Formats: sequence, C-alpha cells, structure tokens
Amino acid sequence: MKGSAPITRRGFIGGTLLAGLGGKALAQGFAGLGESADGFAPVVPGRTFAFPADHGPHPEFRIEWWYVTANLADARGAAYGAQWTLFRQAIAAGGPPAGWANQQIWMGHAAVTRADTHRFSQAFARGGVGQAGVDAKPFHAWIDAWAMRGLDPVNDDNIAPCELKASGADFSYALRLDADRPLVLQGDGGYSRKSLREQASYYYSQPHYTATGILTIDDKPVEVTGQAWLDREWSSQPLASDQSGWDWLSLHFNSGDKLMLYRMRQTDGQHYRSGKWIAPDGTAEMLGSEDIVMTPLIVTEIEGRKIPTAWRIAIAKTALAIECRPLNPRSWMGTSFPYWEGPIRFAGSHTGVGYLEMTGY
Amino acid sequence: MKRALWTLAVLLSHWRRHPMQLATLLIGLISATALWSGVQALNQQARTSYDRAAATFGGTRTAMLAARSGASFPQKLFVDLRRAGWPVSPALEGRIQIEGRSFRLLGIEPVTLPAEVGNAPAIGKADLQSFMTPPGAMLVAPETLSDLKLAEGARPQANGGTWLPPLRVQPNLVPGVLVVDIGIAQNLLKMPDQLSRLLIGKAAGRRAPLESIAGDTFRLIEPDPETDLERLTDSFHLNLTAFGFLSFFVGLFIVNSAIGLAFEQRLPVLRTLRACGVSARMLNAVLVLELVSLALIAGLIGLVCGYFIAGALLPDVAASLRGLYGAQIPGHLTLKPQWWIAGIAISITGALAAAAASLTKALRLPLLATAQPFAWQQAQRRWLTYQSTLALAAFAAAACLLWFGDSLISGFAVLAALMLGAALILPMFLELMLSLGQRYARAPVSIWFWADSRQQLSGLSLALMALLLALSVNVGVSTMVESFSRTFLVWLDGRLAADVYVNAANDAQAVEIKAWLRERPEVEAILPGGRADTQLADAPVEVLGLPDHATYRDNWPLLQSADNPWIKLRPGNAALVSEQLARRLHLSVGDRIEVPASGGNWTLDVVGIYADYGNPKGQIAVNFAALTRRFPEIPLTRMGLRVAPPKIPALISALQEKFALDDRNVADQATMKAESTRIFNRTFAVTAALNAFTLGVAGVALLTSLLTLANSRLPQLAPLWAIGITRRRLAAIELLKTMSVALITTIFALPLGLLVAWCLLAVVNVKAFGWRLPFHVFPLQLLWLTGVAMAAALAAAALPVIRLARMQPASLIRIFANER
Repeated sequence: MKGSAPITRRGFIGGTLLAGLGGKALAQGFAGLGESADGFAPVVPGRTFAFPADHGPHPEFRIEWWYVTANLADARGAAYGAQWTLFRQAIAAGGPPAGWANQQIWMGHAAVTRADTHRFSQAFARGGVGQAGVDAKPFHAWIDAWAMRGLDPVNDDNIAPCELKASGADFSYALRLDADRPLVLQGDGGYSRKSLREQASYYYSQPHYTATGILTIDDKPVEVTGQAWLDREWSSQPLASDQSGWDWLSLHFNSGDKLMLYRMRQTDGQHYRSGKWIAPDGTAEMLGSEDIVMTPLIVTEIEGRKIPTAWRIAIAKTALAIECRPLNPRSWMGTSFPYWEGPIRFAGSHTGVGYLEMTGY
Repeated sequence: MKRALWTLAVLLSHWRRHPMQLATLLIGLISATALWSGVQALNQQARTSYDRAAATFGGTRTAMLAARSGASFPQKLFVDLRRAGWPVSPALEGRIQIEGRSFRLLGIEPVTLPAEVGNAPAIGKADLQSFMTPPGAMLVAPETLSDLKLAEGARPQANGGTWLPPLRVQPNLVPGVLVVDIGIAQNLLKMPDQLSRLLIGKAAGRRAPLESIAGDTFRLIEPDPETDLERLTDSFHLNLTAFGFLSFFVGLFIVNSAIGLAFEQRLPVLRTLRACGVSARMLNAVLVLELVSLALIAGLIGLVCGYFIAGALLPDVAASLRGLYGAQIPGHLTLKPQWWIAGIAISITGALAAAAASLTKALRLPLLATAQPFAWQQAQRRWLTYQSTLALAAFAAAACLLWFGDSLISGFAVLAALMLGAALILPMFLELMLSLGQRYARAPVSIWFWADSRQQLSGLSLALMALLLALSVNVGVSTMVESFSRTFLVWLDGRLAADVYVNAANDAQAVEIKAWLRERPEVEAILPGGRADTQLADAPVEVLGLPDHATYRDNWPLLQSADNPWIKLRPGNAALVSEQLARRLHLSVGDRIEVPASGGNWTLDVVGIYADYGNPKGQIAVNFAALTRRFPEIPLTRMGLRVAPPKIPALISALQEKFALDDRNVADQATMKAESTRIFNRTFAVTAALNAFTLGVAGVALLTSLLTLANSRLPQLAPLWAIGITRRRLAAIELLKTMSVALITTIFALPLGLLVAWCLLAVVNVKAFGWRLPFHVFPLQLLWLTGVAMAAALAAAALPVIRLARMQPASLIRIFANER
C-alpha cells in the first residue's frame, strides 16, 4: 500500500499539499486525511483494469501515485536503496481543463540510501502545461528532469523495460528496469481496502523488476544492480478519519517470493492490517488483519519523532517469522510532508531485502 | 564593590547640587540620540520597503532569465528548461487600468516559485488553492486596497469591463502591484502561453546548458544586492543621514561642554577621593559607569523622542520618495530591534567620545597638585593656534575633495570638511574680532567689555561652534530650497504649457474625445502625447513624443541646443535629452545615441538638452509622429489642449460629463502645477524640519553654556559691582556681550552658509539628482536668518541675565569672602 505513502504526505491528499510549498510541514500531523471525496469518483469493488490505459492518470480521482523502490548493491556487495515517486493530486473535481487552469498538482520525491547516508529531493509542478504528467502509451511519467519512461518496445502488461532517473543537489541515479512477469493486482482484484469502512484504493504493482544502472552520491558514480518494485495506486479518500498513518513494507525474498504488507494505524488501537503474498509463479494469496502480527523492535528518534525502524513480523498462515532491520535507520524524508522510507533487510524463517515506509509519526 | 558604590554616590552628589548641569548633559545626549535615531528610523523604514519591493516575486534580488529582445516569450521554454533541470518559475508582467489608474499586474506561479523568493509562502496555505482556482485571487498591499477604495474580497473592474479576481490583502507586498496567478494574468493581459521572465531558484542540481535548450533567446540577469530604488534613493538617504549626523555632532558639543565643566568642578572631589584611597582605575571605572548609566537613560529617552520625530517626519519623507522616485513607503513606522540597540549604542559611544578627554585627564590626575578649576578652559586657549592649524588642514582637504572627488559621498565630504574647518577656526576668528574691538575701545568699561568677552570666549566657543554649524547649514539649505523652488516654478511654466490635460481610458475613447474636441470652437489646438519605455545603458529611459507645435517650441525649457532644434526633430532622427540622462551618459549636443525600439535600434542625434527636474529616469524627447512609428504599440490616450483661459472650466465639465472622466483624467494647467508644486515643497519639508531641529539644539547648547558659565563668572562680575556698576547695568553688559559674540558668529556663518548652498547646488545635487540649479542669493532670507539667530541667542542669554539682574547683593558680597 504504497498509496499510504502519499497519504503520509497526507497533506497531498487533503488538498493541503499546497500548504507544504512554503517549506513548512503541516504542524498537526495528518489532519485532513479523511477529507470527504465530494465530486470525485468513488473507489468500488469489481473494477476491470485495462493496460496500458491504467498506467496513465485518473483525474476523476483525487489522488494517485507512481511509486518505485529499488534494493540495489554494488560490485562489492554494499547495499543501496533508491526511491522514485510521482504524486498527482486534483485540487478540484471535474475534468481537468487545459493550461494553467488544470487544477492538478504534481509532486515528485526521489531519494537514495546508503548505510551511512540518506539523500532526498522533492519537486512540485502544476499540470496542464507539460512540466509534469504521465502518458499511458508510450509510458512516460515525469516531473521536471525526473522521469520513468518505457523503453521501446515497452510491454504494457509488464510495464517494462523502463528507464528511471532522478537527481538532487547531491545525488542522482539512472536505472534500467526489466521484468519478465506481469503486473500483480493488489487486494481483491485491484480493490485494496484501507479500513473496515469504505476507504479503499485501486492498487496494482510490478514487484518483479530487476534493476541495473548507475547511482551517484556526491559526484561518485557506482554501478549497481538489484530488484525494484512499482506501486500504482489511486483513490479519492484512502484513509478513514480515525487513521493517523501507516507502516508499509514490500519484501523481496531470496526464494523469489514477494510480500506486500501494511498496517493502517487507528486511534482506537484496532490497526487495520492487510497484505498479499506473491509466489514466484505469480499465484497470490491475500492476507487479512487476523493473519498478520507486526511488532516494533527498535525506536529511532528523528526530529523529535519516535519511529520504529526495526520490526518483527509473523504470519502463521505462511510460517513466516522474520526480523527486519533498516539499512540506514535515519532514512528520513524531510520533505514538505515528512515520512520515513528506506531499504531494509530481513532474516529469520526467510531472508531477503525490501522497503519500509512509515508515515504519521 | 562597596567602595565603588560609595565613590559613585559621592560623584553623583555633584549632579544633585548642579541639576542644571545634569539637565544640560541629558539634553545634549537626548537630542543627539533623538535626531540621529529618528533619521535612522526613517532610512530603515524606507530601506525595508525597498527590500520588500526587491523581494516581491522576482524583484532584483532574484536571478532571472528574460528574453534578449525584452519581449515576451513562449511558455514552452519554461517547460523545456524545467525538464532540463532548471529550477525556474514563470512570471508575466503587464499593466492594467482600474478606474483610469494604471497598476502593475504580476502573474506568478506559486507552485514552482522558489522558496527564497520571499513572499510566496505567505500567500497562505489553504489560500493557495483559491489563488490558483478560478476566479483566483488578486493579492495587493494594504495601501493599494485603500487606494482602490474597495474592501477585501471585492472584485474590481478593469477599464474595458473585465472583472478582476477578488482582492486579498498581503501585507508584505509593495503598493501598486497586483499579483495574480500566472494563468489569470495571461488571460487578463491577453497574452496566452506567453511569459515575460523566469525566476531562477537556488536549488542545486544538474542543469543542461541554457543554450542547448533555448538557443540565445535568454539573457541571464544576475541577482543584484542593491535595488534600482536603492540606487536612486541613495542620495536622498545620504542627505538625511548627513543631517542626522550633523544634529548628532551638535548634540555632542553640548555633552562635551557639560562633561568638561562637571569634571573641572569635581576636580577637588576627585582629588579628595584619591587621597582617601580610591585608586585611579577604580575612580575612572566609576566615572565611566556613571557616564554609561546617564547615557543609557538619555539614550532611551532619546530613542522615544527619535521615534516621535520619525513618526512626525514620515509622511513628508514618504511623499518625497513617492514624488521623486515613485518609491512606495508605508505610512506607519515599524522598527526593528536593531534600531533600538543601535540607538542606545550610539548614545553611549557618543557620551564616551565626548568625555574621552576628561576621562583621560582623570586617569592621569596628579594626586598632590592644587586644584585648578577651569584649567581646561585656560588650556584651551593654547589650543587656539592648534585648532586653527587643524581648520586650515580641513579647508585644504575640502579643496582637494572638491577638485578630485566625483561622487555624492565626496560631495558631502567637502561639506563636512568645510564646516569642520569653519567651526575650528571660529574661536580664532572671534578672538581676532574681539581684540580688534578692544584696541579701539577707550572707556574703561568698554575695554573691560572686550577683554572679558575674550576671556569668556573659551567657555562659549563650543556652543558658538554649534550655532555656527546650525546657522550655516540653515543658510545653505534655505538658499538651495529657494533657488530650487524659483527655478522649478519657471521650469514648470514651460513644461506645463498646454491649458488642459486629458487622459482617455483607452485608444478608442481617445479617438472619440479628439473627434468631439475638434467640433468645439474654444479648443485652439489638440496636442497628442505619448510615452514609451526602453533601456539605455542598462537603465530605464522614457521616450517622450512631442507634437510639432508652437506650444512646445515657445515654452519647452531647453538648457542647451543646436540651431533650430525643433526643426531638426521633425524628420524623426533627432532627439532632445534630459539633463540627468546627458550627465549620466556624458552626452552633449551633437552626440548620437542608439535607442532600442520595438522594431530595432533607433539612431538619434542629440540636438538639445532640457531640464527634467524630479524625474528619476532619464528621458528623451522626440517628434511625436516619429515615436508612434517606432513604438506602434504605445497607448495614445494622453493629450494636451490649448484653450482660451475663460473657457476652461466649462470645457472640463463638458468633457467629464460626456466621457465619464474623473479629476485624475482631466485636469487644467493650474491644478497640475499646484499638484507638482505641492509635491516638490514636501520634498524639502524634511530638510527644513531637521534644519529647525538643528538650530534648536544649537540654541540649547548656547543656553546651557551660558547657564553653566553664569555662576562661575561671578568672581569677574563682583568687583565691577563693588566699584559701582549696578546689577541692571551689569546684566545689560552681559547681554550685550553675548549678543555681540552671537552676531559675530552669525556674520561669519552667512558666507559659510552661502558656500554650503553652492556646494549643495553645484556638487551634491548634481551627483544626487543629476541636475544643476542656478545659484541665487536671497538677501531677505539671510536677514531673516540673522534675526532668528539673534533671537535664539537672546532667548539663550535671557535666563542667566535676568538671574544676574535680580541677584541678591549678598551673593555678590560672598564672592569676596570666598578664597577664589
């Protein structure tokens, strides 16, 4: 539920995205999260997805994102992480007019993580003039000089091969993403519930990317290879009013299995948990609140916030019992809407790498 | 510690016995601090406004890209640059008319606006959405809102009927600017997909080379730490600062004399304290502590006074800056904490500087030497020669600066050196005059009169120096103001030669008005006018179109010209240039200039130079028809009319009724002149007020010096009383003495003042404003100022003299009992 991530930037969802433009984060956490979706399309079960059309934007929904995380390593085995995110938010319902009256705001986040450093950057743009946007075919998502672009000939069912690039003041990367397996619809056929009420999103992923390319920190380029994960999600009201944030994981098992998990934290303590186990052959199994146990292990204090950066995760149904450790416990995205997002590794009943995102702390 | 406190108590007891002296000291410090910090408050207020302007959405503090042609460019270039990594944000600027008044309309894009560009975040959070969503919002300064006479949230209507976005107040904005979303600006200005510049954010990152994206379309404008307004108004503020400094200096004269006197009178006490075992260091530390405490108190009071002075002068300063430079200064004073700290610091520094000599003496005080009250005054006699030498050096410096200096600062330095020299040489001059008087005196009392005046001189010289400075500056400034106003009025008569001025709402209305006017028999001529803006040598320049008509040929005030300049203007290849522009670009008649015009450069021969007082921009006047050919896009809404004077009121009301023009858009010559004169009179209101303050401070200096001297002079006066001169007569003699030295000082001040005026007109004004005014002497004014100075001296001398006249004989007898 990468989607949650944008929620983190809850401001983004509630139209408060704009409030972050001045460089000031929202003072009061994630209020406005459960903003009503008046005028926007509702998320209902039973939607039929169509590609490549659904790779493009859905302006009738309030929010949407294209979210890539990559677990990488250099030739000597040193681990790196890379994040590339493009968010879209409509500040008014209705078909988007052309030009500056477009009413769509775009926000990009990019980051690279190493055990000893975490670099990030953000970008904002208005839709309608070409500074940012997404074309479904040929696939091309961009904001300023950052882009995720399908390489000819792109396979719309895999959304691969793609090039992915972004740069900040002190880092940059350019990766090539390949995939030999199709997209995975999250939740129930792409309908991903976020609470016991009607909050939900449309959600699909490409968890099978392999990545190769060059990652540069402080003008020192490194050749890297690894695995990447794309999340596509859109919604009009993904969080319930009593949900304060979420903890989300995407895991690449050494066995080739993939696991997506999230926990929506509720003020009543009844956290809503959900997940999906994807076997190497593409078969997938949904996991519900009762199946998943997530226990924080280590708390890291960043900017006065206490953030659980290490977790124990147990899923009895699949005989999973692992402990996740961050590559860099200070993978803090100090953007206008700050959150924690960084690469992790895990061991126990299973081993592998993944990405962890935590918002609303 | 206890010892220090006791010492302090002993020292402070002196002030209890001499409250007048304490008052003198405090008044000196207060007036010094008040005038200085008042002026600083005004300067700071103005500079804050300039900063506000510079920081407004891409003022000069921001690096920018603009098209080399100066024209607008397609929006696509913005997108291309963004996608090549350039952190640019688009802006579109134009002008829009509301109720006949022209405003600067600025379209910005708040989402990409670099955070460091300032006001952007202040647009306000949730408000940002309404800013970008039609109908949007139009941000204005509070001043603009009240100018428009509309409430927040109201939608003004542009000329032409378009409804503008609802107004929203943004306190950080400069007045006169309307800020809207870029998309809304494109619609309002009818410039779809066009931008006028790109603001460059500071964000680092990879950028493709500019040329690879936009070819040579763009010109990079580096951020300029100093804004155009700052450059333009520099002279004005330097002027204010100079006056503030002068007042500060005069105030310190008072402080210095009060401290010097107190020190001499406390010498026996100091010596006793030393004999009691107080170390020289401790004594000095306590003296400094005492002084600093006094300075602190006086500084605080001075700051409060300064605040009120600044508050009182602000409307005039704001009016001057608006009239002269178009700078918008808010009418209410906001002060930064630095101002308070600086004010206190200057008070303490001033007090310490004024007391430095006394403190040094206290440190070196010989323990056993006999007390010598007034030794400092006697010692000062030996300084006469030394002072005069210094004065000559100052004059030499003034001459050098005048010869070699070429800046406004050097202009003021000439003034400063001149006045310093004059002040220093004043005692010598007085000494010479008084000894001359003594030589020709025959009667004993009159010999005593001159001799005693000389003896008294050293005690009064500081106060007289203050009077000299204040007076000469007064003479200088009044002469300058008078010269200016005389020249300005004559010039205005020439410039405003048409009888009625009309400004139509738009070109279409202008055509209608012209057609209607042609039918009116009382209209003798319609003189179309037009103005284009361009750049010359990187500075904005106006190009004025003058129709070929006798009204201009006969009246337009030319300073220099070739033969038949008006005939040479006709073909459109010649121009008249304003004095300011000519001075700045070193142009003279016969030179040639290249003026960037819409269709390429326009080569013009300079055939004349004219005065253009009060215009911060350079100006070029060309033939009107040629102007419209070269700048076809300029509005043709302005016109002047020649009308027989008795018919003017009727014509104006007819015009107003027929075309719904208000007072701003149709005015007769008399109104225009009155308005211009009013603005220009206010320009010097501040100078005049500061002048008056300075003179007041000098008066106080004289009063306090006389008061402090009065008591100490009893030993000199008592013998005269004893040999039969009545107290009344003694008092009259005292008064006469004070008045004579004041008169001599005044007489000395007059030529000095004229020299100051010449400096202001020929050096300072030329550097500051770019124009040189003819120098006139106004004898009546000099007479008046002499009267004022004598009145000030009389007022200052009155109190001590009355005291003497009413003094109990017992006090005079007691002098003989005293071993002094």
